Amino acid sequence: MRLGFNFWLGAALTALVIFAGLLAPWIAPFDPVLDADLMNSELPPDATFWFGTDAQGRDVYSRILYGAQISLTVGIVSQVINSLIGITLGMTAGYWGGWWDDLVNGLTNVMLAIPSLIFALAVMAVLGPGLPSLLIALGLTNWSWTCRIARSSTLSLKSQGYVQAAQTLGYGDLRIMFSQILPNMMGPILVMATLGMGSAVLSEAALSFLGLGIQPPFPSWGSMLTDARQLIQLAPWVAIFPGLAIFLSVLGFNLLGDGLRDSLDPHMRTRNP
Amino acid sequence: MLRFTLRRILQVIPTVVVVALLIFVIFSVVPGTFAASLFADGKHAADPQMMARLNEEFGLSKPLAERFWTYVTDLAQFDLGTSFRTRQPVIDLIGDRMGASLQLAIAAMLFALVIGVPLGFLAALRPGSVLDTATMIGAVSGLSMPQFWLGLLLMYLFALQLNWLPSFGYGDGSLQNLILPAITLGVTPLALLARTTRAGVLDVLNADFIRTAHSKGMSKMKVVRWHVARNALVLIVTTVGLQFGSLIGQAVVIEKLFAWPGIGSLLVDSVAIRDIPVVQGTILVIVLWFLIINTAVDLIYAAIDPRIKQE
Amino acid sequence: MTAPLLDIRDLILGVALGRSVRPLLKGISFQIMPGEAYGLVGESGSGKSLTSLAVMGLLKKPLAVSGGEILFKGKNLLALPQREMRNLRGNRIAMIFQEPMTALNPLSTIGRQIAEMFVLHQGKGWDEAGKLAVEALANVRVPNPDRRARNYPHQMSGGLRQRVMIAMALACNPDLLIADEPTTALDVTVQAEVLRLIKELCSERGTAVLFISHDLGVIASTCQRVGVMYAGCLVEENETQALFADPKHEYTRGLLGALPRLGSRSLHGRQRLVDIDSIIADRSKLTETRFIAPRGTEGRQP
Repeated sequence: MRLGFNFWLGAALTALVIFAGLLAPWIAPFDPVLDADLMNSELPPDATFWFGTDAQGRDVYSRILYGAQISLTVGIVSQVINSLIGITLGMTAGYWGGWWDDLVNGLTNVMLAIPSLIFALAVMAVLGPGLPSLLIALGLTNWSWTCRIARSSTLSLKSQGYVQAAQTLGYGDLRIMFSQILPNMMGPILVMATLGMGSAVLSEAALSFLGLGIQPPFPSWGSMLTDARQLIQLAPWVAIFPGLAIFLSVLGFNLLGDGLRDSLDPHMRTRNP
Repeated sequence: MLRFTLRRILQVIPTVVVVALLIFVIFSVVPGTFAASLFADGKHAADPQMMARLNEEFGLSKPLAERFWTYVTDLAQFDLGTSFRTRQPVIDLIGDRMGASLQLAIAAMLFALVIGVPLGFLAALRPGSVLDTATMIGAVSGLSMPQFWLGLLLMYLFALQLNWLPSFGYGDGSLQNLILPAITLGVTPLALLARTTRAGVLDVLNADFIRTAHSKGMSKMKVVRWHVARNALVLIVTTVGLQFGSLIGQAVVIEKLFAWPGIGSLLVDSVAIRDIPVVQGTILVIVLWFLIINTAVDLIYAAIDPRIKQE
Repeated sequence: MTAPLLDIRDLILGVALGRSVRPLLKGISFQIMPGEAYGLVGESGSGKSLTSLAVMGLLKKPLAVSGGEILFKGKNLLALPQREMRNLRGNRIAMIFQEPMTALNPLSTIGRQIAEMFVLHQGKGWDEAGKLAVEALANVRVPNPDRRARNYPHQMSGGLRQRVMIAMALACNPDLLIADEPTTALDVTVQAEVLRLIKELCSERGTAVLFISHDLGVIASTCQRVGVMYAGCLVEENETQALFADPKHEYTRGLLGALPRLGSRSLHGRQRLVDIDSIIADRSKLTETRFIAPRGTEGRQP
């Protein structure tokens, strides 16, 4: 498996976000919520406030470091939920077929007919704002593609010799699914999940920006941008840095996912011998 | 072709029905009544009498089965209910704003098509060139960028600093007001179109029939015009169809950012005050819209590719 | 003596791997006379198809010719400007490919794809070219050519598609037809028909054929002369009859031994088919003097 430059750039950006999130309590110079000081509001970047301060006088740099925690949590948890739903439905549908397959297929098609941000918005409307609702909303949103991949790989793996051998040996369905089929489709699923982290972070930012996600004063990158429209003329740094953080972390996930896909895709390999 | 068309159109109906049911279920499982949430902003004290009256007025005190029946029969008559807040029919609220939304979505998609497709095409014809590399870097950046942030930056630059364009609002519906939101909304589909066009054209260029075309003594230009363009179009059309979905989703954020009076901002405002009939209705209309576009895409697809009709 | 139609002289061709060039054809020379059917045989990877692509000028990077000449009617194709090469390609030198399933554009009618030839090389308008395409289909004995011309490739069988390819290749009455494994992908019953069609049409029109195949039977039934390729070299060349009767090179003997023959029962009972060791020799170990690696054709020594 050869991984290209893009993959390593993506890995580096992702590592940066992870470090920022994990080490925030130690490396952030200020508290992201409590260190509000209206005397220091809307200061441009300087030696003390690296990325300037916002309207409440909080240090933008510290808030961005803590914001990484929220973005990472949202990205990881939502993709774990997505993958679990997608794998369970897709694998059982592909393996068992019949009415269950039809049902899962129908459900997948319906989910694909609803734009994902709209669906997340609907769930948020019901559950109300906050991190737990966000995790549920985004976790329920994007599983349809994973489900499709899981289903089609199960269908093709089912006819492979070793799976049929396991069936002949009398292994149970669940045991075959988890020991023979699942490990062999983890590659594409992992790619989907990595790319999905990127879109989850974007969706979280969008929902928080709309005031429906993480609520102020908690430092989500999206919610930091909520009142940026009013501030942008006077304090552009309030708008620029959180957006840059979103951009770089999503870019990291996307490059990582693309790089993984290129190295896993046998089609690409045969084409460029 | 006629039979294919009819079948494809009929296939939309069950999906719409299931989506309508799904929406009803989602908004019915919430504990507590919606009337209570109307007071949740804390500005008004929750007055039990008032709440009871509201519940009565909107039929929320009735049992679930009865409410479901009302919902279904109303839907069958294209009645999406009445707004909790304005007490206007939801269908009118949506109708008033549909035009602006369509305008924005179409403008954004046109912008993406006009720039994204030629870029992807040129990049594929010269793989590894400066243009190719730049296009691909641009595409992955475009896909990684929060659109509303890009919108903010564009607003800052072109409206606030340079004063070339209005920073937000619909104005009198002139093109000037449309430019910034349309570009902002168009960036993601542009990036994706450039990418898929490039991949599609590269795929076609590697196909055996392209070698046949070259063996006939065609110039590279003719090969592209006669054999590559149409085949790549199939992929482009599919991408446009799929992208419309996320475009409509993203439009919600962009409409809010630019205070654009479309159904997206209507949806966000209604979610914020939990005006559920409007939320339900808007989502249903958005899904219907997306399905119509996808059906249209399938029909175009079948018109381009003779293999589809056969099946 | 007439001048050869195609004269390949010491053709060297390689693939660029980083800075070094790895040779794939190591100085091939052979000639094809006007109207002659010449066969190239050899196992996959021996360089047969590369030779034909080099003649067509269809080599793709990182493949490139690094030496030698390809003279067509006395003109060196390798030195020809792009535009002139395009006028020859399809018009004077035409090619049929192995895969009839994928060699035609799925989104275009076959009538249109044949008509392109007349538009490109004879300056015809689309209407007239369309009529000529129907004629061309009739010439390759496609039934209902009028209706078939409006068909798409997916509506036709493999054999029919290969006929379409032949109609297309012969549309402009080329001087040389290159047929690269034209029957390999077809059903056995269809193979013979397609071969006969190529043979008949070419001898009628006096078209020379460069026939490429790994199948000695195909070559024997169609070609007057044969060249045997192995690991990028032409190891033996002779009249078809003579080559079969008296193979000189060790590899040719191996190839012939692998061919089943009817009635080849000797006194010692049934003759066994000889198997060429199916692993292609490691080319990096081959030297100038020793083209062929030792193979276990005589039975393995203990």
